[in-house]
Amino acid sequence: MAMTDTDTATPQMEISDEVAIEIRNMNKWYGAFHVLRDIDLTVQRGERIVICGPSGSGKSTLIRCINALEEHQQGSIVVDGTPLSSDLKNIDKIRSEVGMCFQHFNLFPHLTILENCTLAPIWVRKIPKREAEKTAMYFLEKVKIPDQANKYPGQLSGGQQQRVAIARSLCMRPRIMLFDEPTSALDPEMIKEVLDTMIQLAEEGMTMICVTHEMGFARQVANRVIFMDAGQIVEQNEPEAFFRNPQNERTKLFLSQILGH
Amino acid sequence: MSDTHAESVAFVRESVIPPAPPPARETGAVRWLRENLFATWFNAILTLVALYVLWVLLSGLVPWVVNGTWQGSSLAECREILQGNGGGCFSVLRERWPQLLFGFQYPDYLRWRPVLAFFLLFVAVPPALFIMFLPRWTLIVTAIYPFLAYWLIWGGTILTPLFAALGFLAGYLAFSIVERRGFVLGLAAGLLAAVAVWWFGGLLAGEFPRFARLEAVVSRAMGGFMLNLILGIVCVSLSLPFGILLALGRQSRLPVVKGFCVVFIEFVRGVPLITLLFVANVVLAFFLPPDANFDLILRVIIMITLFASAYIAEVIRGGLAALPKGQYEAADSLGLDYAQAMRLIILPQALKISIPGIVNVAVGLFKDTTLVSVISMFDLVGMIRGPILASTAWAGIYWELWAAACIMFFTVCYGISQYSQWLERQLHTDHR
Repeated sequence: MAMTDTDTATPQMEISDEVAIEIRNMNKWYGAFHVLRDIDLTVQRGERIVICGPSGSGKSTLIRCINALEEHQQGSIVVDGTPLSSDLKNIDKIRSEVGMCFQHFNLFPHLTILENCTLAPIWVRKIPKREAEKTAMYFLEKVKIPDQANKYPGQLSGGQQQRVAIARSLCMRPRIMLFDEPTSALDPEMIKEVLDTMIQLAEEGMTMICVTHEMGFARQVANRVIFMDAGQIVEQNEPEAFFRNPQNERTKLFLSQILGH
Repeated sequence: MSDTHAESVAFVRESVIPPAPPPARETGAVRWLRENLFATWFNAILTLVALYVLWVLLSGLVPWVVNGTWQGSSLAECREILQGNGGGCFSVLRERWPQLLFGFQYPDYLRWRPVLAFFLLFVAVPPALFIMFLPRWTLIVTAIYPFLAYWLIWGGTILTPLFAALGFLAGYLAFSIVERRGFVLGLAAGLLAAVAVWWFGGLLAGEFPRFARLEAVVSRAMGGFMLNLILGIVCVSLSLPFGILLALGRQSRLPVVKGFCVVFIEFVRGVPLITLLFVANVVLAFFLPPDANFDLILRVIIMITLFASAYIAEVIRGGLAALPKGQYEAADSLGLDYAQAMRLIILPQALKISIPGIVNVAVGLFKDTTLVSVISMFDLVGMIRGPILASTAWAGIYWELWAAACIMFFTVCYGISQYSQWLERQLHTDHR
């Protein structure tokens, strides 16, 4: 990774004792298929967690449960003190506090970049349009594409679109960010620009959960790496220990395969 | 190859090739003819055959139009004037145009009212169709128009359309105030307020039937192309919102809502429009009390709207299905509620995809309004088949009348089609 100086910065990023997300005994089924099994996970405010694992291991499903894009059938999820139940009010409250970025960006193609960023603040947070636009421009500058504000998503490159998607989430001033394989659909040249944006976000103390296969990113930014297989958390550790000395056989195999070439 | 190392195997480019214009194409009429019309022997034969067919068609059509006469007041007189020169007898159009346009019962001294309503249409419709170029407040004109047009065409006291409009306004206000306490509660409050205003308006209109009164014309007197336009415009504008609701309802997670929408759509699509019109005309009368004042045009409007909205619902369902699931998820993850997600994210995209299908239904519906002629309403087709062709003066004259009908329908339908293509280009923002 290019930003070598952040290696020294990593330990200074603050993690408070405050609990941001608490998942207890969570189970989920798709029909008869048991996708998530006895998930227990506590995330402190300011933590940066990377979840990795083979495809089909349930890592995306796990983070999609946190903002109720997927329902879970057993166990409890508490986000920022709000329990996730079937109560729509709680779900809407959690969703407006938790930002999410998708593998395929999911920008709204019929709206300009600026409108993409101001839509939710205006309609959900009831912020006046002027102010929402100001906020949007602030975050677009942060992800380094303010000059594209009046274009449509289809006119931007993949990396730019993903950065807009990050800015769009940030405009809601979320306290937690979820990333669902944000770089998997990008060309190698564009992966770095998105990762740089995410690193910047991490340095500012955002609580983040990332599903990603970017092990360089995990090493540099994460303070905890979680390995999932077959719907379970198999191993979790600090990144250095995780990569140098994996314990579980499955983890060793996975790491040897993705780091081996 | 001056700037590359031509002699070595390894290749390094040292300069960028500047962009060059494409090679100049040979142009000219002769080349175009050769390429498009006489490229091969088979092609040449097809061209000659096509030219022959064109000549045959034109040699019939041109004398018919050019030699045609607009004089005379019966087919016999017309034939005398023409003396077999192959011209058309357009005098029937000159003599019967009021009937073709307004039917044979609309009082002729009141014709200015539907004409005025027709021209006001060109003021009222642009705000809805070209909203991207006009300020939003102009939509008020569009909202007022239906009530004004009703008053102009049907006449009567202005209190009737006025309170009809006020009812909608009251319903909307009540809904938007109460909606915060729950959507269903808001809906109930809105309905209650609207019905209350309508009831009060009905009392008032009954009490003062002469207040700001235009001479009343009964629905039976409506006819001609005017009737087609009334039915077409009203039914298209009503069936679009109903179609959207049905399409969303069919996707609903609530089994009752979904079940109702599925049964409704499948039933209505499975029944011919003509049967529905017969039901509107005859069967409903059995169930209503004999003195019930349930207007025939209103009944027909309800039936055609139900029919068209089922089709539009299916077209829009196709548009909804074409949207990637990620759009719903992105809207959800930003905290938008169902109504906001549908209104701001899903429907604008789904409707855009559905434009060709919706226009297809709209054009079909407009032409289907001629079916009312089978339940003895005298629309354009009904007028031609009935009073005009049955009259002693014009019995036996077909080409001129049907050609006129074709031109009128074609003008409207082609206009709709052109508008929809323009709209698609306007909304082309996703650069796929």
